[in-house]
Amino acid sequence: MVTITGSDTEKTEDVRQKSFRLSPSAISYLQSTPLTVILGAFLLIPILMIAVVSFWDYDFAQMYPDFLTMNYTETLGSWVTWKTYLNTLKYAALVWVITLFIGFWVAYFLAFHIRTTAMQMVLFLVCTVPFLTSNIIRMISWIPVLGRNGIINSALVSSGIVSEPVEWLLYSDFAVVLAMVHLYTLFMVTPIFNTLMRIDKSLVEAARDAGASSWQILLNVIIPLAKPGMAIGTIFVVTLVMADFSTVQVMSGGQSASVALMMKNQMSLLQYPAAAANAVILLILVLMMVAGILRIVDIRKEL
Amino acid sequence: MHREPRSREFYLLAIFFAVFVVFLYGPLSAIVILSFQGPNGGLTFPLNGVSVHWFTNLFETQAVGDFGGAFRRSLALGIMVMVVTVVVALLAGLAFRRRFIGATALFYLSVASLVVPSIIISLGIGVLFQQIGLQPAWYSSAFGAQLTWTLPFGVLIMFAVFNRFSPAYEEAARDLGASSWQTFQHVVLPMIAPSLVGVGLFGFTLSYDEFARTLMTSGTFNTLPLEIYGMTTNVTTPVLYALGTVTTVFSFLVIAGTLGLIVHLNRRKLRS
Repeated sequence: MVTITGSDTEKTEDVRQKSFRLSPSAISYLQSTPLTVILGAFLLIPILMIAVVSFWDYDFAQMYPDFLTMNYTETLGSWVTWKTYLNTLKYAALVWVITLFIGFWVAYFLAFHIRTTAMQMVLFLVCTVPFLTSNIIRMISWIPVLGRNGIINSALVSSGIVSEPVEWLLYSDFAVVLAMVHLYTLFMVTPIFNTLMRIDKSLVEAARDAGASSWQILLNVIIPLAKPGMAIGTIFVVTLVMADFSTVQVMSGGQSASVALMMKNQMSLLQYPAAAANAVILLILVLMMVAGILRIVDIRKEL
Repeated sequence: MHREPRSREFYLLAIFFAVFVVFLYGPLSAIVILSFQGPNGGLTFPLNGVSVHWFTNLFETQAVGDFGGAFRRSLALGIMVMVVTVVVALLAGLAFRRRFIGATALFYLSVASLVVPSIIISLGIGVLFQQIGLQPAWYSSAFGAQLTWTLPFGVLIMFAVFNRFSPAYEEAARDLGASSWQTFQHVVLPMIAPSLVGVGLFGFTLSYDEFARTLMTSGTFNTLPLEIYGMTTNVTTPVLYALGTVTTVFSFLVIAGTLGLIVHLNRRKLRS
């Protein structure tokens, strides 16, 4: 309700402007101004600010404007930084492979094996709903499942498969990757489902008539056409994992680190310039990864 | 593909899908069940009796901090983010229908807003507010931080909607003598209303559950996800699960209500 009245009032202004006979491009500029202003104020300027601050000096309480490269040399010269980056990239690679696998088969099942559109939408919503609820709750919900006295360990012990509870289920890399897959798979399902739904079914029929087996159709028709969706899903999943600190913190029980978690710890110690230098490095890495993927796919065409 | 007997592939994939759904909902249901833990029960199974002890505990302030206040702030912030996301994304979507200088740059700026790690935005806005001498607060800095996450989603959805939107309807309305405002109000708006409701749902739920961007920008008073995040380290009773159950049920109600509204709008569109 609120949404509709909101847009109404905004459009009334727009019409008033139109009665002054503004040119179409002027209208476009007016319509895009709010977006530009908000992204400028809360995205561009803060990032420029980070770039500036990354050259500043600091002590335990304050930052001092300066032009030092110390924050960078300290960050890049530290063995811990490299280890943390490698660890984060390891999570990104593992989560990417697993979500791509799950995401493709789920999307493929929905798009090609469910016969009615209504059923497709219902099943798609079933997948979507958990992603609209709290990430933290979904994360901690693994604790009673994986914990030392959790459901899985109780089942394993009582059925006699293991004599002692399995320790590596929770507070381990395994738990981190599992929780990330749980949190981020939908970001892979949705874009792939979107591209699969746009594949002309007659292409598949034609391939079948020409004698192709199901596997051949999948490998030579469907997967090549699904690549743009996979690319967009990859952008989401990789950037989300690269930015993650909470899952790593909670699910590894403080035993593993990620770049964002390292930044968060620096911030809580008020070492803002050090965190800023880290932020610049992370940002460059992430943007390079995204730019690489965008060379394969034109997002504007895929929407 | 149609009217064939189901293949073996179908059954394999159906099982895979079912396992995926259990994977999505299983842990969540564990939390819901455990929140009804008896007063002496712990954080794991088995249930030590069944009670609503932890739900009543939730509303005693000293047990979990300011749950009521955090909820009210998250609700207000969610509604603010929702309204701004819908209005700004709709306007931007309309703008992108025409070519204008800077359109591509603005589009990629929106995409950048999605891919820039949340903690960087959090840090940047935090430092910016500190340097210009403003006190960060949930309704200013956190509000802006959340918009950098919800707006790109809104813009991408509106972009997709208008990509599929045939200008023929508007031309027809104009031929019948409608002004551009009348065309928008009576032709365009009813057709895109369900998508706008969807954008609103995204805006609200993304804001209501957001915490990575809010973490350094919320100032003195916590939003609900921050409150829960804090609890994960220092609360060791099922009251944490009770809180999880309450906010999840609230999210489900919001989603169900919105989907109902979308179905209703689509029915009305079909009838007219």
